Amino acid sequence: MADPLLTLTRLDAHYNDFQALFGIDFDIAEGEVVAIIGSNGAGKSTLMRSISGLITNGASQISYRGEQIGALRADQIAEKGIALVPEGRQLFPSLSVEENLLIGGQIGRSGPWSLAKIFELFPVLQERRDQASTSLSGGQQQMVAIGRALMANPDLLLLDEVSLGLAPVIIKSIYDALPQIVGGGMSAVIVEQDISKALSVSSRFYCLQEGRVSLEGESGSQTREAISRAYFGV
Amino acid sequence: MHVDWINSIIQGVLLGGLYAMIAAGLSLIFGVMRLVNIAHGDLIILAAYLGLTVASALGLYPLTALLIVVPVMAVIGYGLQRIVLNNTLSDDILPPLLVTFGLSVIIQNGLLEIYSADPQKLDAGQLGVASTNVAGISVGLLPLLMFVTAVVVIAGLQWIFYRTALGRAFRAVSDNQDVAQLMGLNKRHVYGVAMALSLAVVALAGIFLGMRTSFDPSIGGGRLIFGFEAVIIGGLGNLWGTLVGGVILGVAQNIGAQINPGWQVLAGHVVFLFILAVRPRGLFPRMTG
Repeated sequence: MADPLLTLTRLDAHYNDFQALFGIDFDIAEGEVVAIIGSNGAGKSTLMRSISGLITNGASQISYRGEQIGALRADQIAEKGIALVPEGRQLFPSLSVEENLLIGGQIGRSGPWSLAKIFELFPVLQERRDQASTSLSGGQQQMVAIGRALMANPDLLLLDEVSLGLAPVIIKSIYDALPQIVGGGMSAVIVEQDISKALSVSSRFYCLQEGRVSLEGESGSQTREAISRAYFGV
Repeated sequence: MHVDWINSIIQGVLLGGLYAMIAAGLSLIFGVMRLVNIAHGDLIILAAYLGLTVASALGLYPLTALLIVVPVMAVIGYGLQRIVLNNTLSDDILPPLLVTFGLSVIIQNGLLEIYSADPQKLDAGQLGVASTNVAGISVGLLPLLMFVTAVVVIAGLQWIFYRTALGRAFRAVSDNQDVAQLMGLNKRHVYGVAMALSLAVVALAGIFLGMRTSFDPSIGGGRLIFGFEAVIIGGLGNLWGTLVGGVILGVAQNIGAQINPGWQVLAGHVVFLFILAVRPRGLFPRMTG
């Protein structure tokens, strides 16, 4: 196997006195799509916050392209080509749709994604480019959040619960766009509560439970029962 | 009698330009990082003294000295933010209040040590006394220039805020620091740039203030109050509102002075309190989504 793009080595994460992650080992290769599943509070979002630098870790616990990045700030990590679509979308309410997308691209990394390409992927955003981002529907806001991350032309895209709170038909249209997004060789980590959705779009998965990896493997390789056990811990 | 009243209203409007300039920098900083800069008035006086030193050392006209004072104040602002103020910012608004209050004391005493308590004035030369006649009312050129500058400054800040990548960064960091960091924005740097911009405006306000009236190290606090009042009257976070707030304050003060010279400052405060009581969020609060 080729050298992994991102490797986590015995990663711990804390919120003050509370330890949320315990010794996570994880890797993802270039061009790979990996799913992270687990129930509420399993530590999925904490893992995303650690990778993207919103929580700082020991330098050696996270390595990216052979470089230790665990102790870097979020803006430094973003410049290295890791972009997060945060849970709950978190658009900038003072910025219009177009401005939200532009600020994603202000890092100035070159690559296939531009305002025009985002509008091609999600045409509805072009019609609403001058509107306040808060005036959009939940699904459209999620498209802005994904577009905003893509504008940075990342090599690794982290998608945290993109389907949360959205209608099934919207979720489907967002997941239908995924092959176009990762088709260009971009790697992606997809965090999902919906197990079947997560397994259908990924090649490998990790299941978290109470801050630890309870199961990992190729997405087609595990039985429902094994995954349920790892997911619920019963 | 009639002409006197119109005259004092016009003078009040023009004075409002200075108050708006004082307030704009205050408003900018509060908008971007929720920091209430208690040292803002003293920084204005610092800028006036800096202008005095530059003008007398190099033999420059005070407005020409702006070419030096504006960048110097901007650099001071960036350094102050990066070295001191960034460390005070958190969810708690108290630490920056205390630190800028301390800063205010330090600046006042530093100026007192260097320049003594003697009142000083920047020599505006011919411009200080020149006036133009508009429909029988004499309007001073310096106050007029001050007002025009204030309008240009506010239009400029407005343009930066809503039309440039820098303004986008300001608004993004103000909305959500964490997510702004994810966009590759280093909030410590963005805050530094905001403070640099604020103190560049402070430099303008300081020089104009010094050309208009005499100043000494102790008067910063009073200017801060006028700045606060202009911001609150206009509505927090609305720059054009701040200009209107400054004008209302200036007009109120001048009308007060027209009635009785002792009522100048009092009249401004009374109007401020009245507006605060009637419209607690100011006249033009920023629309929120």
